[in-house]
Amino acid sequence: MGVSYRSWRVWQRNRDVFFKLWRSEMPGFLAEPLLILLAMGLGLGAYVTMEEGGRYIEFIAPGVVAGYAMFSASFECTYGSFVRMHYQKTYDAIITTPINVEDVIAGDIFWGATRSSLTACAVLAIASAFGLVNSWWALLVLPLAILAGLMFSSIAMLYTSLSPSIYTFNYYFTLFITPMFFFGGVFFPLSAFPTIVQHLSWIAPLTPVANLTRALMSGHPGEGAWWGLAIVVGTTMVFFPLSLRTMRNRLLK
Amino acid sequence: MIRVKNALKRYGSLVAVAGIDLVVEEGECFGLLGPNGAGKTSLIRMIIAASPLSGGSIWVDSSDVTKDSRRIKAKIGVVPQEENLDVDLTVLQNLTTFARYFDIPKAEAKQRALANLRLFELDGRQHAKIDELSSGMKRRLLIARALINQPRLLILDEPTVGLDPQTKHLVWQKLRLFRDQGVTLLLCTQNMEEASYLCNRVAIMNEGKVIATEPPQELLAKYGGKRVLEARPRPEARDLVLQELTEAGFEWQAVEDTLYIFQDSNQFLEGGVLEVLNILSQRTPTLEDVFLRLTGRSLGE
Repeated sequence: MGVSYRSWRVWQRNRDVFFKLWRSEMPGFLAEPLLILLAMGLGLGAYVTMEEGGRYIEFIAPGVVAGYAMFSASFECTYGSFVRMHYQKTYDAIITTPINVEDVIAGDIFWGATRSSLTACAVLAIASAFGLVNSWWALLVLPLAILAGLMFSSIAMLYTSLSPSIYTFNYYFTLFITPMFFFGGVFFPLSAFPTIVQHLSWIAPLTPVANLTRALMSGHPGEGAWWGLAIVVGTTMVFFPLSLRTMRNRLLK
Repeated sequence: MIRVKNALKRYGSLVAVAGIDLVVEEGECFGLLGPNGAGKTSLIRMIIAASPLSGGSIWVDSSDVTKDSRRIKAKIGVVPQEENLDVDLTVLQNLTTFARYFDIPKAEAKQRALANLRLFELDGRQHAKIDELSSGMKRRLLIARALINQPRLLILDEPTVGLDPQTKHLVWQKLRLFRDQGVTLLLCTQNMEEASYLCNRVAIMNEGKVIATEPPQELLAKYGGKRVLEARPRPEARDLVLQELTEAGFEWQAVEDTLYIFQDSNQFLEGGVLEVLNILSQRTPTLEDVFLRLTGRSLGE
């Protein structure tokens, strides 16, 4: 069994549907990050002085890029995948063709990673319109968003494979994704938090992604970047095969 | 084309398929007949590699379903019982996207898609959304989709359930056409008329087992008798009637308060029993009666 090039066919299906319906997706990956940058960056930023110098909006812009990349991948492989699997029975139809379950799930995860990168691209464009991108290194944010997208999609897919109903995704977002957005180094440096929260933040998968994005957008990727990358790749290598397995058990009964 | 050997399917403690042997020959239309819960759909899911076997083995076109599922799935078409068209795509895109799953090149895919839509009288609706189709149209589109890879084996799970008579006959006529072109058909149904109209051979399934496999005409000759009497004796006369019938050597089945009595050409009912029997109808037997006699259940159950 295992994943084959045929997962690409599933990716193509998702791409076609996305470009048919992309207007309804606009608020999620364009308007919301823009609002956050305006409200927090400019609004709150007017009252915030950074210890290391620099403007607050400059600090949060890379975090918002990383955070919305995370949201995109997570939405795609929770609500998106669950609707295709459970309500539309799209998976059931596809697996009667030479495409196997692993291809379908991998295709959905690859598509989640693509959505992550598309969103990162859009938010990066907004940030650069604000003059917040200072280096060509920032272009590497796009491949980084693909890697991060693979990680977040795989984690989301594992959760989806274990979800009895669509309502359980409220827990996923309220207890996992949203806390990461607030405490994963997007809006405040981790040193701002009590020790216990700092420890939790260090194991949150968003933290290395936010730090890497910040390093790339400021043009100073340091030694720590390799560690961040290793965490992202390592987490993906655990969750990707795991989610294929649990989905297989769920779908082939 | 299909070879099933002692196939077994368990869901926890529930046994859905309890050891089935059957062979579907190339080019025939083979019917699986049985009430809900007989194990038809479970068997079909194992044949199309959508469900692992709990025991036994299944080969399709000389390939083992547990080892060669991709190869098998490339050659078969599946019409599921539950409609699962891609609602995010139009009618035409449903077919072309499906063709892409089989690695059929774009131009070829479009050509086949349009031809299949014409065949099922859907060509006027190619840009429609799935939600805009009637249930009859959806069912026709499902079959058109299953044909996109020009399968040698077409597996259909209750293809005409809930369709109006006109659409039903359109579907039957097309299925006959495919059979005559050499496509092997495996047809799961509760509809006796469908089975006798289309199938070369029929397997009757009950409680996870195949209890008879014959051509429809032979099933009738073997188990149908000459005539079927449908009777509804008054409750107080029932015991007496059953006793008389048994003594006279009649085969009968009771379903709720109705008795089905299978009468051979050398058997006659006489005497007082005729008066309390309360005969509702006498008719030549159908596959439905055969099924009833073999299982003690009516198909609609």
